[in-house]
Amino acid sequence: MEVYLDNNATTRVAPEVLEAMMPFFKSEYGNPSSMHRIGGRVKKYIDKARERVAALLNADPSEITFTSCGTESDNTAIRGAVEAAPDKRHVITTRVEHPAVLGMCRYLHKYNYRVTELSVDKEGMLDLDELRNAITGDTAIVSIMWANNETGVIFPIDEIAQIVKEKGVVFHTDAVQAVGKVPIDLKKTPVDMLSISGHKLHTPKGTGVLYRRKGVKIAPLIIGGHQEEGRRAGTENVPYIVGLGRACDLAAEHMEDENTRVRSLRDRLENTLLNTCPDTRRNGNAERRLPNTSNISFEYIEGESILLMMDNIGIAASSGSACTSGSLEPSHVMRAMGVPFTAAHGSIRFSLSRYNTEEEIDYTAAQMPPIIERLRELSPFVK
Amino acid sequence: MWDYTDKVKDHFFNPRNTGKIEDCDGIGEVGSLACGDALTFTFKLDENKEKIVDARFQTFGCASAIASSSALTEIVKGMTIEEAEAVTNQDIADFLGGLPEQKMHCSVMGREALEAAISNYRGEGDGTKPAADVDTDIVCVCFGVTGHEIERAIRENNLKTIEDVTNFTKAGGGCGGCHEDIQAILDRINGGESAERTKKKPLTNIQRMKLVQEVIENEIRPQLKNDGGDIELIDVEGPKVTVAMRGACSGCNAAQFTLRDVVETKLREYVSDDIIVEEEK
Repeated sequence: MEVYLDNNATTRVAPEVLEAMMPFFKSEYGNPSSMHRIGGRVKKYIDKARERVAALLNADPSEITFTSCGTESDNTAIRGAVEAAPDKRHVITTRVEHPAVLGMCRYLHKYNYRVTELSVDKEGMLDLDELRNAITGDTAIVSIMWANNETGVIFPIDEIAQIVKEKGVVFHTDAVQAVGKVPIDLKKTPVDMLSISGHKLHTPKGTGVLYRRKGVKIAPLIIGGHQEEGRRAGTENVPYIVGLGRACDLAAEHMEDENTRVRSLRDRLENTLLNTCPDTRRNGNAERRLPNTSNISFEYIEGESILLMMDNIGIAASSGSACTSGSLEPSHVMRAMGVPFTAAHGSIRFSLSRYNTEEEIDYTAAQMPPIIERLRELSPFVK
Repeated sequence: MWDYTDKVKDHFFNPRNTGKIEDCDGIGEVGSLACGDALTFTFKLDENKEKIVDARFQTFGCASAIASSSALTEIVKGMTIEEAEAVTNQDIADFLGGLPEQKMHCSVMGREALEAAISNYRGEGDGTKPAADVDTDIVCVCFGVTGHEIERAIRENNLKTIEDVTNFTKAGGGCGGCHEDIQAILDRINGGESAERTKKKPLTNIQRMKLVQEVIENEIRPQLKNDGGDIELIDVEGPKVTVAMRGACSGCNAAQFTLRDVVETKLREYVSDDIIVEEEK
């Protein structure tokens, strides 16, 4: 049996998405910028995809820019905003962001930007007063993720966006993990920019979106032609853009399933593991969390060993342990939350999708305890 | 995913000699929960105290840590203490058909546990580290690595860079605060070729102005001219350098980034780390 529980890393390509893409690998090869009908009819599909993405976010199609990935969207938002406000030298983010955001902020730090990284508590939640106090007249942009990729913890983006807006500062949110899993309505939530990654939404890798509210000024990251109204030069990745449009439709269709069936599968897996394996703990707030993500620490054993044992019987997940990443310290998210070392090294992230079945979850729940027991028998810390 | 050899996988999935010998002749306990890997190694000698008849391990750590521990027990069984003493971390890695570079510290942990256990057998240490490391200075605070351990890893494995040292001992893999100290040890052992290059002498104001001028003239202007731009030095006041962008650079959207990316980086590299470049409007 092969059980894929690593959907926060990437997802299976939906057959409907692949089907929608196929013509653009074959007969519909035109360049959407061309004057002739071969290009013109391709342009219509790009427009349609833009409408579909906008619909999922309740945004205007003109506010949607297609990019190559979530990282490009994050980079464009942050670097673009600071470049558009050259007199401001301060950036605010959080300690638990994805490297696509943190890396860019730390890059700016090298160029004399002041960077505030907001802390989180033991449950991975922000202190909004810390945010309020951090914003100054010198702040160029605030970038705070919608949901955390490692723990699934959801930040109160409505409230955060409101706070930042009142101070008149640009607000960006990396919503790569949230889009498609929780309802998003940008007519109600005043975020200025939002990043999406296609391959977390069941498209192939190589596509992303930056939502930019009308009137928000950013400099482009990629400069050249007039594509995407000059906001992102480079000939459009037509098949993938069309696929992403279809994926957004499907995400809206499956949103309820994600929040009921997938959520209950996740809960079932989590509760079984917490109850059957001694010395385990859940990482992250239990309530304010994505419906598909569970992060569990198996104390006194190490994550890479757990993952390899799981892989050996066909179960795919990921770990915040140091050894899996090639770094020597456990994940920055676990450390920011103050998860003790005894637990951080043995943290495992299970992330589900709509393709997971009850049978797969029961298989995983049954296979995990012997793995944990076997590794604990080897460990000098288990008496 | 790590590229582990079949031998590593075999020793991970089917570890040999697990457990702890209660009436052992020597015990070595190295590593810690905080560091992410730890090994308790015990061995038993025959009646005449000549050869190792049994060796066992308990390991907390990744696949290569478990495999290295398992390999260690297999290697030393049947050896005399003198023979076991000569086992190096490379012997452990070789036994497993090699380890990924970044995982070499797992083999070093094995060798350290073995040494600690031998020291313990001789009544020389408390069994938590090789006797030679007791009372030596900690260089890497994050992972508790001593200067002696680093020096030994450098000599035995012919290490050249800080990254090598981190791969083999973990030292320098945390906050990075000890990189200078590690470099100093590397330089001392390897002949100190690159020791002086990174040190910049403090400059007088006049020297600083002259140097800034030279760098702009020789390093920066040619680069900007390639793009149809130009630069003019307006003022140098302490670390603050004021310049004006000319030609295609003036009024260019990317000028702010040119300033920081090109001008400031170059000046920091050649003149001093605290340089701040500002544009005169």
